[in-house]
Amino acid sequence: MIALENVTKRYGATTVVDDVSLTFGGEGIAALIGPNGAGKSTLFSLVGRLLKPDDGRVVVDGVDVATASSRELATALAVLRQDNHVAARLTVHDLVEFGRFPHSRGRLTVTDRDHIERAIDYLELDAYRGRFLDELSGGQRQRAFIAMVLAQDTRYVLLDEPLNNLDLRHMTEIMRLLRRMADELDKRIVVVLHDINFAATYADRIVAMRAGRVVADAAAGEVMDPDVLEAVYDTPVDVRDIDGRPVALYYS
Amino acid sequence: MRTETFEIGTAPAAPARATRARRGIRELWALPWVRLALLAAVIVAAVVVYLFTDVPGSLAFALRIRGLTVAAMLVVATAVGVSTVVFHTITGNRILTPSIMGFDAFYVLISTLIVFFLGSQSFVRFDPVTLWLVQVGVMMAFSAALFSWLFGGRRRSVHLMLLVGIVLGVFFRSFSEWMQRMLDPLDFQILSDAMFASLTRPDELLLTLTAALVLVGAIALVPLLRTLDVLTLGSPAAIGLGVEHRRVVLTLFPIVSLMVAASTALVGPILFFGLIVANLAYSYAGSFRHTWTLPAAVGIGMLCLIGGQLVLEQLFGFAGTLSTVIEFAGGLFFLFLVLRKGAR
Amino acid sequence: MSTAVAAIASAPAQRRPRRTWVGALIGVLLVLLTVLSVFVGVSDVSPAALLDGGRGSTAAFLLVASRAPRTIAVVLVGASLGIAGLIMQMLVRNKFVEPGTTGVTEFATFGMLLTMVLWPGMAVMGKMGVAAAFGLLGTWVFLRVIRAIPVRQLVLVPIVGIMLGGVVGSVTTFFAYRLDLLQSLGQWAQGSFSTVMQGRYELVWIAAAMVVVAWFAADRFSVVGLGEEFAVNLGLDYRRVVGIGMVIIAVITAAVLVTAGMIPFLGLVVPNVVSLIIGDNVRRAIPWVAGLSAVFVLACDILARVIRFPYEIPLSVIVGIIGAALFLWLLLRRRSHAH
Repeated sequence: MIALENVTKRYGATTVVDDVSLTFGGEGIAALIGPNGAGKSTLFSLVGRLLKPDDGRVVVDGVDVATASSRELATALAVLRQDNHVAARLTVHDLVEFGRFPHSRGRLTVTDRDHIERAIDYLELDAYRGRFLDELSGGQRQRAFIAMVLAQDTRYVLLDEPLNNLDLRHMTEIMRLLRRMADELDKRIVVVLHDINFAATYADRIVAMRAGRVVADAAAGEVMDPDVLEAVYDTPVDVRDIDGRPVALYYS
Repeated sequence: MRTETFEIGTAPAAPARATRARRGIRELWALPWVRLALLAAVIVAAVVVYLFTDVPGSLAFALRIRGLTVAAMLVVATAVGVSTVVFHTITGNRILTPSIMGFDAFYVLISTLIVFFLGSQSFVRFDPVTLWLVQVGVMMAFSAALFSWLFGGRRRSVHLMLLVGIVLGVFFRSFSEWMQRMLDPLDFQILSDAMFASLTRPDELLLTLTAALVLVGAIALVPLLRTLDVLTLGSPAAIGLGVEHRRVVLTLFPIVSLMVAASTALVGPILFFGLIVANLAYSYAGSFRHTWTLPAAVGIGMLCLIGGQLVLEQLFGFAGTLSTVIEFAGGLFFLFLVLRKGAR
Repeated sequence: MSTAVAAIASAPAQRRPRRTWVGALIGVLLVLLTVLSVFVGVSDVSPAALLDGGRGSTAAFLLVASRAPRTIAVVLVGASLGIAGLIMQMLVRNKFVEPGTTGVTEFATFGMLLTMVLWPGMAVMGKMGVAAAFGLLGTWVFLRVIRAIPVRQLVLVPIVGIMLGGVVGSVTTFFAYRLDLLQSLGQWAQGSFSTVMQGRYELVWIAAAMVVVAWFAADRFSVVGLGEEFAVNLGLDYRRVVGIGMVIIAVITAAVLVTAGMIPFLGLVVPNVVSLIIGDNVRRAIPWVAGLSAVFVLACDILARVIRFPYEIPLSVIVGIIGAALFLWLLLRRRSHAH
């Protein structure tokens, strides 16, 4: 379980995350939604120990993140950030290898190589393994990073807006992949999404944030409600039932 | 003759073999250790040429003097190459170097301040070791402060930091010049002698000390090589992979500072050297792994120094202008790098 | 460029009282420092001494031959360098450029070196002409080179300029070194007014004339500062205005170089400070930039004379320290473009 207990984070006078208590890990995919500046990315940074909370604490599998060894955490929790700019020229294989760093500290064992192969296979990257990251398309790059996270072999996987800058086809591809990872590999995935319809289609649970607070936290179907969504985004949202699935319409 | 007939006899197979051979060479060339071995061989050849050509008098004497120069070059190449590559990895860019961040100008300022406050007598009266220790110590303290100020807090853009470094350099230079104006002419003369970058006449004792320090720094890096590889992914990703980022960076910065300080205090400032060496090493090494890029940087640094010295001495007959040439070539190379990156 | 538009729009009316106040302060300082500059120096040139001796006294001679020319030169050099910086910032649409951060000064210096080698006996006017021609070349080269950089890369532009200057400077140094001219080049390029006297400063009037030209063309530079498309859209002959700007910059740089040497960062810092106070309208900014630059250089020059009395410290050193500190402050206070 990932548990946030009364977590607060401030930047100067502004409170970005305001007394949030949440647990993740009970369901396959939990989607984190909310308008820009709602505190989603900050929340991720707090769980991923990039930031320290001003108040409260984050506990992963019973261990306080503030005191845990970074390496042990890295075997339980993998975080994929939004902006993955790499100055060096790395091949896909190099990148996926990095996923084994928490386990092997860079000296690869047979088990490590096995994990790397499986991750590359799972993301169908075999043909690209020797390619440099800057030679890949956006979707392939994102898959390479997810393969790295997969090779890390953690129970919890956190992804911050993995659909950013992807076209429609690659967006669905990535979301389907996450769904498979949750169902087949028993991963517990927390993902920040901008598109609520993707959240509704692929997530088991939706957590909506606004101004640093959690304003809705329920099964995907329940959050897909015009009143709830309007409260979250401050703009009228219509929800229609199409082929038995709730679809939010916000273009009107 | 025999080979010729042989070739004609097997003519149809020859192209295939040639391509296979070519492919074999290409595969070999892709291996980082092959590239390093070749680099090492070229360096050894250059050193031999340097040591044994145009010996004016006694061979033993020439070997001794030139041997010292070669040793100084090796120490400087190691210090500059290693510190620049590590600095690049920590800061996540390939343009900034400690020298460009105002480090060299600060060295001049430190030396000036020492002369100013203690009188030029200090250069004579103090034994060089004490003086050198003071310089290294102050520079390490400065770089620790500078690095933690620039890179410790919020992430700023690389170009902004670069401009800050350049302007800091002007600031330090103006300040030292002001101090120098306040010196009497004798003191000034002694100071300017000490300031000129020179590889050809290193003090033996200082060379030994510097070599020892640089060696210690390099050894301290060995267990961190793989962590450095992970740091190329950037600090968030590295933290996600279990690197204790803060602790590692706080270990690495002193090593970088130590190496830069030690080598600058030995031979004086060479502004763009680290930049050229590191960037050539990245493309030459054929791998991003520090196990390969670090030795490649050292090797290329050595080759630049010894090759440059040879070319200048043998072909043009200038001695002592190597650092000027490096500045010129480095400036052009730097422009090329910045413009190529900027255009993207 | 949106920042420039925003800056013009945001020169707010309600701040006018404070602006008048600051403007008055600059004016008063200018007068005070000018007077002070006339009377500071090794020899006694005080009002009392002047009254004592009458027209034929040493004091009167010094006043006419040295102090007055020096003070005039300082004021004009300061004002015109500030304007050169301002115009350059408009042409390049970047706040961090001036002749010294774009290689223009180094090109002009190279031109000076050439005259020293090829025509040692050349009249000072000719030297300035050659330096100006090379300065013009430098401006052109710089403008060509930075076309490769996207406009929003604000900080990259001065970096490229400084490096360009460094490369040209190292060529100059190399030749000067080979030809044994390093020392005289160094002495001469070092910014200082200590050698200014009657008959050896009049070139700065040409720089002053350029300031007047700049004032006449002020509105055009404002428009050019908004970008080529914007300028063409308003029916402006963009290339011609840029050409005029380049000439102004080159002539000012060369005149200052020949009279006083290199004075770093002045043209960069002052227009930025002025822009903070009154915004980016060139017509409005010109008197401010000219006045504040003159005050700044006057103050530094007086400081250079008294700080190690009776010796002089080069002005460029003092401007370098203060200017670099201000530049750093300008860079680091702008948090917004860390991206």
